[in-house]
Amino acid sequence: MGNHSALVLIELGAVFFGLGILGRLAGRIGLSPIPLYLVGGLFFGQGGFVELGGLEEFSAIASEIGVILLLLLLGLEYTAGELVTGLRQSWMAGILDILLNFLPGVVIALILGWGAVGALVLGGVTYISSSGIIAKVLTDLGRLGNRETPVVLSLLVFEDLAMAVYLPILTAVLAGVSFAGGLQAVGISLVVVTIVLVIALKFGNAVSAVVDSKDREVFLLTLLGAALLVAGVASAMQVSAAVGAFLLGIAISGATATNATRLLEPLRDLFAAVFFVVFGLNTDPSTIPPVLGYALLLAVITSVTKVATGWWAAKQQGVGKLGRARAGAALIARGEFSIVIAGLAVASGAVTDELAALATAYVLLMAILGPVAARLAEPVMGFLTRKTPQTV
Amino acid sequence: MRVEQTPLPGIGVRKDIVTASGRRIGTVTQRDGETELIVSRADDPDACLASIPLTADEASTLGNLLGAHQVVAQLTEEHRDLPGVNTRQFLIDIDSPYDGRKLGDTKMRTRTSVSLVAVLRKGQVQASPTPDFTLAAGDLLVAVGTSEGLDAAAEILRGG
Repeated sequence: MGNHSALVLIELGAVFFGLGILGRLAGRIGLSPIPLYLVGGLFFGQGGFVELGGLEEFSAIASEIGVILLLLLLGLEYTAGELVTGLRQSWMAGILDILLNFLPGVVIALILGWGAVGALVLGGVTYISSSGIIAKVLTDLGRLGNRETPVVLSLLVFEDLAMAVYLPILTAVLAGVSFAGGLQAVGISLVVVTIVLVIALKFGNAVSAVVDSKDREVFLLTLLGAALLVAGVASAMQVSAAVGAFLLGIAISGATATNATRLLEPLRDLFAAVFFVVFGLNTDPSTIPPVLGYALLLAVITSVTKVATGWWAAKQQGVGKLGRARAGAALIARGEFSIVIAGLAVASGAVTDELAALATAYVLLMAILGPVAARLAEPVMGFLTRKTPQTV
Repeated sequence: MRVEQTPLPGIGVRKDIVTASGRRIGTVTQRDGETELIVSRADDPDACLASIPLTADEASTLGNLLGAHQVVAQLTEEHRDLPGVNTRQFLIDIDSPYDGRKLGDTKMRTRTSVSLVAVLRKGQVQASPTPDFTLAAGDLLVAVGTSEGLDAAAEILRGG
C-alpha cells in the first residue's frame, strides 16, 4: 500500500511537472497549451512510449472535476444580461454557425460508418469554437477595440448557450435512452436553462449572496461545494454535470463572479490540464495515422465554414472586408469544448476509439491553426485585395 | 456627442466616439478594471491602430488634459475682448508643496491677483473652487489673470 501510493505520487508529480514544462513551452511560442497537453497524454498513455499505472482512479475523478470547472468558469464569464442580449443580436449568425459547422462533422462521421450517435458527437466537435483560445488571441493581437470583436464574442456566447442545450441531448443519447427519453432530456434542459436565466436576471444578487463570503477559504469551499453538488444533481437528472455547473456560473453575478473567477482559475487550469492529459492517455497514438487524412479534410472544410460564418456575421454589423476576414479567421480555433464532447462520448463507451483519435488529431490541428489563421487574416486579405485591381 | 457603448461579453465594455475626421477614439474597460485607450486605424476604421493600457492615474490625467483644454479654450474665447487677461493651466505635481493642502493656503488671490476658476480632477470639472478645497497631485488648475500674475502663480505652485 505504501509502495503503491509512493508510486502514484511520483507518477503524478512527473505528469504535473511535465505539463508545467509543456505549458511554459507553449507560452514561449505563443500557443495554447491544450494541444501540448493532449500530446503529453498521448506520449504516456496506452500504446505510448511510457505506460503509467495506478493513476486511473485519481485521474478519472480529477478530469471530471476539470470539465465541471471549465463549464463553471465559462458561466461565470457571462452575466445573464449579456447572454440574453447576445442571443438577441446573434441568433441568425448563430444558426448559420450551427448549420455550417455541425454538418461537416456529421457527414464525415456518417461516411466513416459511425452511425447517428457518432454523427451527433463529431458534429459537436467540429461546431464549437474555443472561447478560451479565441479570447486570448483577440487580447494578444490588441483587437478588443475592433468593431468585429463584439460580433465574434456574441457568436461565442451563442455557441456556449447552444452547448447548454446540446450537452444534455448528448448525455441522454450516449446513455442509450429512447427517442422519447431524449426528447424529455431536451425538454428538461430547456426548462432548466430558462428558469436559471430568469433567476439570474431577477435574483442574481440573492444567488451570489448565498455563495459569497469575505473569507477566501469559506468562499472557495462554498463555491466548489455548490458546483459539485449542482453538477452531481444535474448528472443524476440526466441533464449533464457540466451543464449544471455552467448554469450555476451564470446565476452568480457581479463582484462575486469576478472574485470567484480569480479564485477558481488556477484550480480550473490544474484540473482541466488533467482532463486533457487523461483524454490523451486514453487515446492510442497508433489509431491516429489512419484517421489523419479525415482530420485534415475536416480541418480545411471547417476552417472555411467558420470564416464564412464570421464573414457573414460581421457583414450584418456593417464591418468592412478586412474586419470580416478577421472575424472569420478568429473563429477557427477549436479546443477545450471539442475535447469535452469527445471525452463524454469516449467515457460512455458508445462510440468507437477511432472517434477519439479523430477528435484528438482535429483539435491538435485546429488549436494550432486557429491562432495562426487569426494572425494571417490581414496579410492574406491585403495580398488578395492588392491582386484584384491587376487582374480586373 | 454620441458615445457608443458596446458590451464585450466575457471581457468588458468598449466605449467610443467617431470624430469629425472619421477616426474612432475610445476606451476598452476590462472586467478587472484594466483600461485601454483605443484609436482606430485611418485606412480601416474597424481595426485599432493602437490599444494602449492606461493605469487609473494615467487615465485621469489624460482626462484632465483633454478637459482642461476645453475649459481653457472656452475662457480664452470669453476674455478675448479684455486685453491683458490670460487663461493658463497649472498641474499640481507629486512634489508640489500644495499636494494635500487647501487651496486657501496658496493665498493666490492676494499674492498675484490671479483667480483660480476651475480645478480638473479625474476628468471632472470642479468650477469656482472655494478656499477650503483640498488640492491633490494630478489636479489641473485653470487660472485667469495678467501674464505677470500667472507667471508668479506658477512660481508659487511650484515652490510654495
